[in-house]
Amino acid sequence: MSGLSTGALIVRQARYQLLTFWRIPVALFFTLALPLIMLVLFNALFGSSDIDTDEGTWSVRQFYTGGLAAFTAVSATFTNLANMVPIRRDEGVLKRWRGTPLPTWMYIAGFVLSAVIIAFIGVVVMLTLGVVAYDLQIEWAKMPAAAVTFLVGVGAFAALGMAVAALVSTASSASAVANAIILPLAFISNVFIVTDDAPAWIGTIGDIFPLKPFVESFQDCFNPTVDPPGFNWAQLGYVALWGIIGGVIAVRRFRWEPSGTSARGRRARRRHADVAAS
Amino acid sequence: MSAVEVTGLVKHYGDVRAVDGISFVIEPGEVYALLGENGAGKSTTVEILEGYRTATAGQARVLGRDAAAGDRAWRDRIGIVLQTSGIEQEFSVRELIELYGSAYSDPRPADEVIDMVGLTEKADDRLGSLSGGQQRRVDLGLGIVGRPEVLFLDEPTTGFDPSARRRSWDLVEQLGEGGTTVLLTTHYLDEAEHLADRVGVLNKGRLVAEGTPGTLIEQVSGTIVSFNVPADIDLADASTTFGQLLGTEIDLVGRLVEARVSAPTAAVHRLTSWSLERGIELDSFTVRRASLEDAFLRLVDDDATDGGEP
Repeated sequence: MSGLSTGALIVRQARYQLLTFWRIPVALFFTLALPLIMLVLFNALFGSSDIDTDEGTWSVRQFYTGGLAAFTAVSATFTNLANMVPIRRDEGVLKRWRGTPLPTWMYIAGFVLSAVIIAFIGVVVMLTLGVVAYDLQIEWAKMPAAAVTFLVGVGAFAALGMAVAALVSTASSASAVANAIILPLAFISNVFIVTDDAPAWIGTIGDIFPLKPFVESFQDCFNPTVDPPGFNWAQLGYVALWGIIGGVIAVRRFRWEPSGTSARGRRARRRHADVAAS
Repeated sequence: MSAVEVTGLVKHYGDVRAVDGISFVIEPGEVYALLGENGAGKSTTVEILEGYRTATAGQARVLGRDAAAGDRAWRDRIGIVLQTSGIEQEFSVRELIELYGSAYSDPRPADEVIDMVGLTEKADDRLGSLSGGQQRRVDLGLGIVGRPEVLFLDEPTTGFDPSARRRSWDLVEQLGEGGTTVLLTTHYLDEAEHLADRVGVLNKGRLVAEGTPGTLIEQVSGTIVSFNVPADIDLADASTTFGQLLGTEIDLVGRLVEARVSAPTAAVHRLTSWSLERGIELDSFTVRRASLEDAFLRLVDDDATDGGEP
C-alpha cells in the first residue's frame, strides 16, 4: 500500500491527540495546571521545613518538586488515557476509526505517544519551576536515571490507564475509577506528604501499588542525599511488572464499541419481536 | 466478481434471530437499497459486511473477501457511514477530512470532499458548532474520502431537512455514476425509489422481496384510487357500494376510501358515472400509480399474516 509510512501515520495520530488535549481546557487544567498549583501551594504552606530521612536532611521544596513531577507524569498517562479512551469509545469515535484502513495499533500508539509527550512537557515545566523558584538542584550525573525512570513510569502507567479504560464500561465511571485509584494512592505514596512516620499498614499498601516505587525512584534522582547514578532497579522492575500486567489486560479486554449497544439492540429487537407477536 | 455477495446469512443475538438466512448479490457500480422497518435486520447485515460483527452462519463477502477477515488493503477499498457514530467535536471539518484521509492510500483532497458534501462555507468551523444535519454530511465526507469502491451508507439522511436530503441524493447518484458500488439502508421509501437500482425488502431478518423499484411496485400493486365517502352515503354501506363499483375490496380509514385497482380505466369510469348520475362531487378524488411505500407496506403486512411465524 502506498500512502503515509507507519512512522508518519503514528506521528500524525499523536499530533491529533495533542491538539485534542490542547482544545479541551478541563484536561489541560487537571493534567498540567493543577500539579503546578499544588507545587506553589505546598511550598507556600510547608516550604520552609526540612525532612529528616535515613540518609540525611532534605529540603521539603526539593521533595515536592520531584514527587509532583512524577505525579504529573502519572496524570498525563494513567488518568488521561483512562478518561479519554472511554470517552472516545462512548462517542463512537473508536468504532469509526476501526472502519478505516488505519491499523488499530497505530491509533492506540498515537494516543499513548501523545500522553507521553504531555507527561514530558509537564515534567519539564515542573522541574523548571522547581529550579527557578524552589532551589531544586539538578545533578547531571543522575539525569540518565531520571530519564530511564520517566520512561519506565510513563510506559507502565499508560498501560495501566489503557487497562482501566478496557475494564470499565462507561466514560463517566472511568473518570471516577481513575481518580478513586490515583488520589488516595497519591496520599500514601510520598506525593503530597512524607509517609516515613505513617503506620506500617499504610507503608505496606503503598509498597504494593506501583505509584510509590515510581515516585520514590524519580524523587531520588533529585534528592541531594542520594549519590549518582541514582538507578533504583528493583523498584523500576516492580513498576515495569505492573505495566506488563496492565498491558496484557488492556490488549485482551480492549473494546472498540460502547458497552451496551448490543444489549440495547437486543432489547429493542426483543421488543420488536414482542410487538410483532402480539 | 460481484462487489457484495451475501449467502444464507444468519445472525443470532441470544435467542433473537436478527438476521435469519438472507442472500443477495450486488454487482459493481450498482446502488442497492436495503429497506425495512427498525429492527428488520438492516444494520446488523450491513455491520457484518463492514467487518464489525461476525455472522452466526452463512457468508458475507465484499470485493471477494470474507468481510470478517478484511485486512488493511481491503478496508482501503471500502467506505463506511455508520448509522450513529461520534466525531471529534474539537476539530474543524477540514482538519477531520484531512486526518481521516491520511489513513487511506489515495485520499481525495479535503477541499474536493468538502465541496462534494456541500460544506464549503463551514470548512473551518469546529464540528461542535455544526447542526446535526451538517455533522451527518461530515459523516458522508469521511465515508468517501478514501475513494471507496464499495460504500456502505446506513440511514445516511435521517434527520436531514428536505434540501440537504436532495443534495445527498445528488452525491450518491454522482458516486453511482462514477462506478462506486453503494449499499444503502433506509426506511425512507422515496429515498430507495429515487436512488436505488435495486431494492431488497427486509422484514424480521428475512428478505421478503427484491427487484428494481419499478418491478416491486408492479408486483404487488397497481393503481391507487382514493376519495372521501360523500356525506349522504352511509359509512356502513360504503364498503359494499364502492367495492362493487371499483371491482375490488376497498380500505376505509375514517371517511377515506382507498382501493388498489388492476384495471383503472374501467373502474374509474364506473365510479365517476355513478357519481355524475347522482350529482355528487367526490371530495379529494385522486388516481395515482402505487408507490414503493404501498408495495412495502403490503409486503410487510403479507409477511406478518402469511409468514406463520410470530
